Amino acid sequence: MTNLPGLYNYWIVIVLMMTGFYVVIARGNLIKKIVGLNIFQTSVFILYISMGKIDGGTAPIIVADTGGAEVVYSNPLPHVLILTAIVVGIATTALGLALIVRIKEAYGTVEEDEIFAKDEQA
Amino acid sequence: MAVGILRLHNLLAVVMLSGIYSLISACLFVTLDAVDVAFTEASVGGGIATVLMLATLGLTTDREKTGKGNLRLVPLAVVTITGAALIYGTLDMPLFGDPTAPIQQHVAPRYIEESPRATGIPNIVTSVLASYRGYDTMGELTVIFTAGIGVVLIMAGRRRRED
Amino acid sequence: MVQRHFILRVTTKLLMPFILLFALYVQFHGDFGPGGGFQAGVIFGAGFVLYALIYGVEAAEKVAPPGVIRVIMTLGLLLFVGVGYFGLFLGGAFLDYNVLAHDPVHGQHLGITLVELGVGITVAATMITIFLSFAGRNRT
Repeated sequence: MTNLPGLYNYWIVIVLMMTGFYVVIARGNLIKKIVGLNIFQTSVFILYISMGKIDGGTAPIIVADTGGAEVVYSNPLPHVLILTAIVVGIATTALGLALIVRIKEAYGTVEEDEIFAKDEQA
Repeated sequence: MAVGILRLHNLLAVVMLSGIYSLISACLFVTLDAVDVAFTEASVGGGIATVLMLATLGLTTDREKTGKGNLRLVPLAVVTITGAALIYGTLDMPLFGDPTAPIQQHVAPRYIEESPRATGIPNIVTSVLASYRGYDTMGELTVIFTAGIGVVLIMAGRRRRED
Repeated sequence: MVQRHFILRVTTKLLMPFILLFALYVQFHGDFGPGGGFQAGVIFGAGFVLYALIYGVEAAEKVAPPGVIRVIMTLGLLLFVGVGYFGLFLGGAFLDYNVLAHDPVHGQHLGITLVELGVGITVAATMITIFLSFAGRNRT
């Protein structure tokens, strides 16, 4: 149990993740659900990036003249994955928002329970 | 910050907060040595995402319906249990910043060793992105492309009904 | 709307070339510093969104007709896949840049630059398309 403080990055991630999760499942407003999903998404990004971090490391761009010193680079692989994931994330978020706009036009509301109520009537 | 998003009912404020949240996480990425990622997060989260959210608010409504009782117990219980289980799971995880963690042992040393010589490009992130992981990137680009097409198809359909 | 937001309009006009130039810098300097196709595309798209916000969607659509942007969006992806197939035709594997030039290192460099360009084009065009379809919804 001596290593507990070394795990704080995971705990931050979990707290953020659960906040996003709560927003998604507990809120009826569709736009808020999307925002919650974004929080969840960012927490996953932070998880990956923090796993790639090495103590005393630097950004993974090769230094031309190190002056003979050993340079430690952080792991570039998670950076690559997350880099693309962010842009994919915004594209899919846009798709979700577009769907919300259409739902609003069809139902006149973006509240989940009101949509269900209208479905029941129909 | 995230809790603020949770509590607010004015969606405009929620969107603004989420933009600031993106910028903060971008700063966090810089401190974690991921400059490329921070760059992307700042321009995407602070710029495009906020504008798109605002556009959506403009097309729909910026007030959330204040429901019965702010705190819902069942989701809260689910979230707490899941979070506790996850925290229990992290007890076996490698330490933060540990250079001997499994993730640092697999392919990453090879990328760092080889990529400058093989591609002549100092930025390892770029060379891994475009060369070693070319298939990945192509797939992601296709996803973005498809999402763009999807948005166009959804939005360019029937115009708003008069009612 | 014509003469309102005078300061914003002038500032935007001043900033526009720098934003777009910065996007191009990020695009082509991505080999050496932080940056690359994804970031450049997003910055380019953001610059365009700024223009559309200040000058109105009609003006923005005059600069970049949605149809043309959609074609450009496809071209970026085609460039990426095309580079992959080009390597295939030159005797390498799919997306193998070593065969693109006489020297494998130069081939890699060329391939990465082209692929990043494809990424940048598609991302920028997709962002603009998404924004225009959201904003275009408002008018009717």
